[in-house]
Amino acid sequence: MKASVGNPRLRALVYQAAALAVALIVAGYLVSNTLANLAERSIATGFGFLGREAGFSIGETTFMSYSAADTYLKALAVGVANTFRVALIGIVAATVLGTLIGLARLSRNWLLAKLAGGYVEFIRNVPLLVQLFFWYVLITENLPLPRAALEPLPGVYLTNRGIFFPVPAAHPAHVWMFAALIAGIVAAFLFTRWAARRRALAGSRPPVLEIVLALVLVPPALVYLAGGTPTEIDFPRLSGFNFAGGTAFTPEFAALAGGLVVYTAAFIAEIVRAGILAIPYGQFEAAYALGLRRRLAMRLVVLPQALRVIVPPLTSQYLNLTKNSSLAVAIGYPDLVSIANTTMNQTGQAVEGIAIIMAVYLAISLSISAFMNWYNARMALKER
Amino acid sequence: MTGIRKWGQPPILQISASFRRQRGNWGLTPFSWLRANLFSSWLNALTTLLLGYLLWRMVPPLIDWAFLDAVWTAPDSKACRAASGKGACWAFVAEKHRFILFGTYPYEQHWRPALASLLLIALWAVSALRVCWKWWLIPAWTAGLAVIGILMWGGIFGLAYVENERWGGLILTLLLTTFGIAFAFPLSIVLALARRSRMPVLQGLAVGFIELVRGVPLISLLFMASVMLPLFLPSGVSIDKLLRAQIALILFAAAYLAEVVRGGLQAIPAGQYEAADALGLSYWKKTLLVILPQALRIAIPPLVNSFIAFFKDTSLVLIIGLFDLLSTIKVALTEPAWTGFGVEAYLFASIVYFVFCHAMSRYSQNLERELARAEEGRRR
Repeated sequence: MKASVGNPRLRALVYQAAALAVALIVAGYLVSNTLANLAERSIATGFGFLGREAGFSIGETTFMSYSAADTYLKALAVGVANTFRVALIGIVAATVLGTLIGLARLSRNWLLAKLAGGYVEFIRNVPLLVQLFFWYVLITENLPLPRAALEPLPGVYLTNRGIFFPVPAAHPAHVWMFAALIAGIVAAFLFTRWAARRRALAGSRPPVLEIVLALVLVPPALVYLAGGTPTEIDFPRLSGFNFAGGTAFTPEFAALAGGLVVYTAAFIAEIVRAGILAIPYGQFEAAYALGLRRRLAMRLVVLPQALRVIVPPLTSQYLNLTKNSSLAVAIGYPDLVSIANTTMNQTGQAVEGIAIIMAVYLAISLSISAFMNWYNARMALKER
Repeated sequence: MTGIRKWGQPPILQISASFRRQRGNWGLTPFSWLRANLFSSWLNALTTLLLGYLLWRMVPPLIDWAFLDAVWTAPDSKACRAASGKGACWAFVAEKHRFILFGTYPYEQHWRPALASLLLIALWAVSALRVCWKWWLIPAWTAGLAVIGILMWGGIFGLAYVENERWGGLILTLLLTTFGIAFAFPLSIVLALARRSRMPVLQGLAVGFIELVRGVPLISLLFMASVMLPLFLPSGVSIDKLLRAQIALILFAAAYLAEVVRGGLQAIPAGQYEAADALGLSYWKKTLLVILPQALRIAIPPLVNSFIAFFKDTSLVLIIGLFDLLSTIKVALTEPAWTGFGVEAYLFASIVYFVFCHAMSRYSQNLERELARAEEGRRR
């Protein structure tokens, strides 16, 4: 190996060393400037501020209580929980709505297909932020006061203070029902693994779907019966200028979740449509030729192939929805970004605040892409 | 064929088969068209009737609200308040259109951003035509942007100087998009090539940057630009808000475009690389003369889609306090006389964004079809 300009391996080493050096010098320059600036403005670096009292209140919390006397750390935790709440509800609802619209676009009913097509075309071409503002003003400016609330369904009230609906009154049996549901899901998961192994070994297959449904649904139902069948329902009632009782979505949450669902559903609809159109006609015919019945052909031949096309872009839409939930800051829903923003304004700890936001979102993104890689590896066509 | 149900056919199959059939159904008589597309089965007829009923209940009141009972012009908001709940208040848009389109730019100078916006749109339109994909586009853009800069800043040719804090409205949205793409695109090609290279350090840097930027929301990058960029610079050096937002947008767009370009690079068959190597071309010659022209051509339709997404994303600069199109609308709504007409205002914003995005997406679809046809023609 001659050390000359023409030697490609040496040249590659030189290029890489140069690139690394430039990157390090730029990073070092920025860091030293930042440290100098922070010292000049006498801002202490580090995460010590997290233990201090936050001193601001938060409009709504998820699964935890919070008061202005709590620490910044607690406030940020509330923000993360709020982000997860809107993202989880949004993902479930957007998947359902998106799948329905995707199927509607393929419908043989001309009117239905055109309406679904118009929905997708319009929603995809308008910025999400505009849509969020639209839903927010629609709720806060155009819905009536609680006194004159709209009641589309009995017990459900639409007002400019939020959307109120009844929930079953709190009862100790609910906790146990939830535990039974989780246990049932775990049992169902273990059972499907066992059934798949057994089918590979013995060739016969127990009625998996029925047993799984039974495992998931029966235990909570039994606990419900054993717990004395609590039937009391907590209805929202007008008291003073607002509703009390039941449960409520604040205008901010309703606008954010609604906007995210409507927007993401348009993208999911296109993914579902593409996934179904990607399956060649011959696949159905081949499945029938093998003597599979309708349901089995669907489950064993068609769906696995459609899902292979659908799932990767679908997960990236879930990720987009989660990232887009950060637009909450524009309409005042207290998600992670908006609480971190308040924290930064109060403490001046901009670097740390942004580092926290980025770390949380990166953790979410990287875990979802790790899941994606795992799924792709599992689903990849195994050529023999 | 419609209406006949094959035995045991799964519903999904009927759906996709009917989708493929749909185009053929246009050649029928009106009556048979109705039968085939709206009333082919009981379920289908029921769907049609249900949807028809819903449309009949919803569309006429909507037309009344948006057109017949709407207030189109009014010197103040009194007429709008009177019609509140019955008709839309388009008078808000009519009254505020100058502020919405041009922001706080000096009122008597509004012709300058108007001309600049038209010029910018014309440049984009010309660049979209395939017959114009020639070398002279580059000098045309350079000259065009120079003229736009002179128009917007002024200070020479007798034009009064206007600092860029006062720029706003449509031109700001268009400029953020244009400069974002203009700088992000070359950067994205470098990033994509680095990610595809066999040098681990370059690859690592590119992957790190792309995944970092794609993993976080755009807002966090904009916050970073607005609060951290000033800290990054040596003390005494300041950088204005517009430029800070523009830098964040460029970095954001570069990461997303890089993945699109990488997709194009991956679609090039290995034979092309081998053929270029066999000709004895150096890396740069191989990349610039053989690989990139083909890869970018493949990547054009998804690139246009990314441009659309980017155009929509520029609306986020509102959150860090720049006066883009959406922001001027929001500010116009805060005037006490005109509060409460948010629905009309944001519908107007939706329509403006829709017109731009829909035009681009139609263009991208046509281009995709055209390029596919050209590709087929070459293969033959």
